[in-house]
Formats: sequence, C-alpha cells, structure tokens
Amino acid sequence: MAPFVDIIIAALIVLGGAFALIGSWGLARLPNLMARLHGPTKATTLGVGGCLVAAMLYFPTHGMAFSMHELLVTLFLFITAPISANMVAKAYLHERMTAARDGTAPEPDLPPAYRMPLPEAASESCGWATFGAPEEAPQPDTTPRR
Amino acid sequence: MIAGALTIALGCVSLALVLTLYRLFKGPSAADRILALDTLVINVIALIVLLGILEETMVYFEAALLLAMVGFVGTVAYAKFLLRGDIVE
Repeated sequence: MAPFVDIIIAALIVLGGAFALIGSWGLARLPNLMARLHGPTKATTLGVGGCLVAAMLYFPTHGMAFSMHELLVTLFLFITAPISANMVAKAYLHERMTAARDGTAPEPDLPPAYRMPLPEAASESCGWATFGAPEEAPQPDTTPRR
Repeated sequence: MIAGALTIALGCVSLALVLTLYRLFKGPSAADRILALDTLVINVIALIVLLGILEETMVYFEAALLLAMVGFVGTVAYAKFLLRGDIVE
C-alpha cells in the first residue's frame, strides 16, 4: 500500500512543480496583461494546490499527524485567486483608460460592450467598481486617438 | 522516489520564481508588477510546502497560511490604491 501512495505523492509533487513553472512561464512570455493574467491565476494556483494535496497525503502516511492546514491554505488560495485577478484587471483597465483620456496612450483594445465610462461621472454609485455599468451611460467615443 | 520528485519540483518552482522576478523588473505597467508580486507569493508558498515535505516538519504550514493571507491582502490593497488613490476610505 505504501509504495502506491508514494507514487501518487511523487506524481502530485512533480505535477505541482510543473504547473507552477508553466504559470510563471506564461507570465513572462505572454504579450499583454489580459493574456498574462491567465498564467498565474490558473496554472500557478493549480500547481500550489497539487503540492498542498501531496503534503496532505504525505504526512499521515509517514507516521505524522493529519493536519487541516494544507486544506485551509488550498481553499484560501482557490477562493482568493479569482478575486485578486479581478482586482488586477480592474487596476489595469483604470490605468489604460485614464491614459487614453489624457491622450498619452491608445485606448485598450476591448469589445464595445466593455467600454465603460470613467469614474468621475458616477464615483458615488459604483463604490469598489470604479467603472459604471456599460449600459447605464453609453458615451460616444470622443477621446482623441494617436 | 519522493526525494527525486521533490528535487525536480524545487527546481521547477525556483525557475518559476526567476521568471516571475523577470516580469517584476520588466513589467511595463504597475498592474503587471502587482500581478508579478502576487505570483511571487504563491510560488513562495509552494516552495515552503515542498521544503516542509523535504524536512518532514509541519511547522512551515503555519508560515504558508500566513503568507497566503498577507499576500492576498497586499494584492487587493495595492490594486485598490491604484483604482481609488486610497486604501481605507
């Protein structure tokens, strides 16, 4: 029984390390931030999850107590990864659209349904989401292009 | 067998840390750097967990849990600072 568990643990450890490497490789190689978000949020989180599940299997089968810490870390990472990715994407959009309004950078390449007004119009109503909903205030594209 | 797997995985995670550091120093926008810091924290959690298996101690998992929480709060605080110009309004 023990060698079988060892094979599973070793496979999980190698898979976890490989997924972490793939995620960081995507972070270094992909062309823009919206594409770069995919690597860390999916592959790296899965890699850490693999390592933590391997640790959770390793300790009870090698004569140590079972602990819930690994499960807690895994759950916490899997819950918080989408939230932090959303915050980073919003910060990126804010930066790009502010630069586009000031005329120092081109508009971000977004489909028209996602072109949102800048927060000055509705900063009280949108709270954490600094951009208003797209259908609330459909503005014509008046920013100068370079 | 587990020792060999641990060696491979530690090498992979260390290489991942180097790639993330490259993005942290190069990253054209501030959002890139936030993303790189978040990835750095997640990779360090993986490194800590692998070291804990290697040294057969469970002390490191407390550090992993704390690092996961602090990393998330730091990422959200930095992103919110970019969005609103303030963290606690």
